[in-house]
Amino acid sequence: MSENILEVINVTKDFPGVRALDNVSFRVKRGEIHGICGENGAGKSTLMGIVSGVHPFGSFEGQVLVHGKEMKFRSVRDSEKVGLTIMHQELALSPYLSIYENMFLGHSKNRFGIIDWDELIVRSRPYLERVGLKDRPETIVSKMGVGKQQLVEIARALSKNTELLILDEPTASLNDEESEQLLNLILELKKEGLTCVMISHKLNEVLKIADSITVLRDGESIRTYDARTEEVTRAMLIKDMVGRDMKHLYPEKNPSIGETVFEVKNWTVYHPEYHHIKVVDSASFHLRRGEILAFCGPMGAGRTELMMSIFGKSYGSRSEGELFVKEKKMEFATPQDAIRSGLGYVSEDRKSLGLILIQDVKTNISNSSLQKLSRYGVVDSFAETNAAERYRKSLNIKTPSILQMVRNLSGGNQQKVVLSRCLLAEPEIFIVDEPTRGIDVGAKYEIYCILNDLAAAGKSIIMVTSELPEAIGMADRIYVMNEGEIKGSLDRGEATQEKIMHMALS
Amino acid sequence: MAEKKAAVQTMSLRQLFKDNIRNYSMFLMLGLIFVVFAVMTGGVNFSSRNISNIFMQNSYILILAVGMVLVIIVGNIDLSVGSICAFTGAIAAMIYNTGLGLIPTIILTMGAGMVIGVFQGFWIAYAKVPAFIVTLAGMLLFRGLTYVITNVSPISLRDDQFRQITSGFISIPALTIDRVHYLAWIVGAVLSLIVVVAFVQGRRNKIKKEFEILPLPAFLAKVLFVVGMIALLSWKFADFRGVPMIVVVLSIVVGTFMFITKKTVIGRYIYAVGGNARSAKLSGINSEMVVFTVHVIMGSLAGLAGLVFAGYMNSALPQAGNLFELDAIAACFIGGASASGGIGTIIGAIVGGLVMGVINNGMSLMNIGADWQYVVKALVLLLAVFYDIYTRRKAGLA
Repeated sequence: MSENILEVINVTKDFPGVRALDNVSFRVKRGEIHGICGENGAGKSTLMGIVSGVHPFGSFEGQVLVHGKEMKFRSVRDSEKVGLTIMHQELALSPYLSIYENMFLGHSKNRFGIIDWDELIVRSRPYLERVGLKDRPETIVSKMGVGKQQLVEIARALSKNTELLILDEPTASLNDEESEQLLNLILELKKEGLTCVMISHKLNEVLKIADSITVLRDGESIRTYDARTEEVTRAMLIKDMVGRDMKHLYPEKNPSIGETVFEVKNWTVYHPEYHHIKVVDSASFHLRRGEILAFCGPMGAGRTELMMSIFGKSYGSRSEGELFVKEKKMEFATPQDAIRSGLGYVSEDRKSLGLILIQDVKTNISNSSLQKLSRYGVVDSFAETNAAERYRKSLNIKTPSILQMVRNLSGGNQQKVVLSRCLLAEPEIFIVDEPTRGIDVGAKYEIYCILNDLAAAGKSIIMVTSELPEAIGMADRIYVMNEGEIKGSLDRGEATQEKIMHMALS
Repeated sequence: MAEKKAAVQTMSLRQLFKDNIRNYSMFLMLGLIFVVFAVMTGGVNFSSRNISNIFMQNSYILILAVGMVLVIIVGNIDLSVGSICAFTGAIAAMIYNTGLGLIPTIILTMGAGMVIGVFQGFWIAYAKVPAFIVTLAGMLLFRGLTYVITNVSPISLRDDQFRQITSGFISIPALTIDRVHYLAWIVGAVLSLIVVVAFVQGRRNKIKKEFEILPLPAFLAKVLFVVGMIALLSWKFADFRGVPMIVVVLSIVVGTFMFITKKTVIGRYIYAVGGNARSAKLSGINSEMVVFTVHVIMGSLAGLAGLVFAGYMNSALPQAGNLFELDAIAACFIGGASASGGIGTIIGAIVGGLVMGVINNGMSLMNIGADWQYVVKALVLLLAVFYDIYTRRKAGLA
């Protein structure tokens, strides 16, 4: 048997008009954890699609070897047969089924088409134990958190006798604690002999657990590091990923902060379904001109819920409290009211709440501002095109044309489209929720610059973020939330990751 | 796009073709079906009389399809339009029989349709009952109410003037020489002129503002196609009895809603809400109002369709409008609308409706009964939507 469980040799894959992969090669040794890093659009997902049979044999050039034998996968099923399982970024669980049903979905043993569910429950237990999930197998997965759902996916993979597990951005939607647990679990499984390939943006995580690391850039495999024999640093990886030195992750800034422009007093939000549960409990905060505020805290702290309920009651069954814009008391019954008073909201979930994926870049940008771009209800298509082109240039949106469907753009560029739409409406107060989630290092930096420029131009920004370094690097002031309450605030300079964590958990 | 230096940017023909293959193939399919039937009927379906007939026979479905495509774009469905047609047709006949003129009758009937649209729109947009359920209820409700107000017997019309709206022709005796109705030619010529001027003006504007324009051959082909279609219809209408009244009605409806969907803010909002309702809401679009408006429009157009159908039948029938909703829905899907919302065009719905109309008409001319017409229509619907999904998947859009 070969030492390498997986070998990818000189793979080239073309999509109409783009070369997604150009002569990519890398090897995964048996029993190791292999990290794959690269910016969005570097070709990571395409590569994994080829390895797992999503892109069938024949649709690309080059070879894929498993256990030293060349594989000609026609579908994902073929790759699963030889012990390869891929876990996608978006979880592929059926939300209204239970843990064990999900685990054995599609590969449950049956007799003449009849499934013995009791047997499956019994069989599911050892796997759940291995991944450290204590919930009963009958629990419906939609009632569990994302972190636990991820564990179910891993248990599912294990139950399929997986030898090589490919994880695509496994911690993207997890908080720090959950991420930590997941990474430990992967290390644990490695000891039991499982080989893992982990695709991640989070270099710290890759550096922490990977035995070897391959960097992709623009469809090419730049280099593979062996972390067991050489010292690999974050800076080295970033340099390989972006092709240039990244001295600063966060742009320099000289804030000039003015008077209070927005104030929230004793804001309480009730759960949309369970009307007595307070998701946010009497939160009070203020925002000044030219200031960037960060809201930190673990998942479920109520940050997004707070912001969405402020933004025209977009969340929750009802809310109490007072809002002041420039010291004037306001009521926002709908997002329209909020927009009219100068607020803008960029959602954390750009695919389902931010963009209209089947529309083009131009339309997505103009949707919020059509009143401005029209006369007597008729859209001025010239003004619209000009506006879209203006933002394409100023925000450096990488798209062949503004008539491109946004679904075909990379995550970072999609985020810029959402930002453009918000900017075009010319708000004074921006609420940006996880503005850099799921986008690559280079695009992150650009987004930070855009936010800093806005603040410098006298706009005020509320940034909800789960990444503490981002909050510390960007914010003038940080509010720490947990369990629906604002636990405290920290000024720029005094904030450290430890202090924030302490404050959140106090 | 790469060469920004050139002041005038033209799209490449290949890109143009790729982006519009779906639209082109829709027209091509209609043309092909027409030619096939022309061959099989020995050219009867191309006769001047038959061309006018095709418009009359399908007018009410086409009017419904215009409203339906809006409903489908916004992500809903309307099953009630057939029953509303019966109901409003009866109302139209009753109003007209009181002695009121045709114009007030049209206005009042469309008003009745609008009220029905307000009623259903309220339940759908504000009470958040799924459109499928509300309009299913509406389908039963208005069929029932039709039976109530008509006592389940046809209402005949007081004179022949009413039917003119569907079956009448516009012709000026002074302009009719040797049984050729030159008015049709004059209208055609004026329309062609307007189209050419508008197209050229638009292109000039784009060049001036350095926007992307069609390559010249494609632009000329487009102008030629539109002018050619106008000329063809003018010829056919001039040869028979003049411009059919219903074609004028249809043109007004189609023109109005093409303008609304393409050029206006509310049109954009309809696509935005259909494409992603939650995102539209967070963008500050009053999505309830948009959905409500669409259903009000649908109701009004159903009112018009009911009136047109009563005119076509020359009486209001209690069982009128049976299965109209399904024909209208099928027209939208054949015309490229997406069942998940956000995608669809007025012109697509019209072409889709005509595809089915031409098939019906051709098969009738060949003396093939309604039984087989259903079978063929079913297959066309299935294959057209399959083709749609297939091309979209190939283009990487699915």
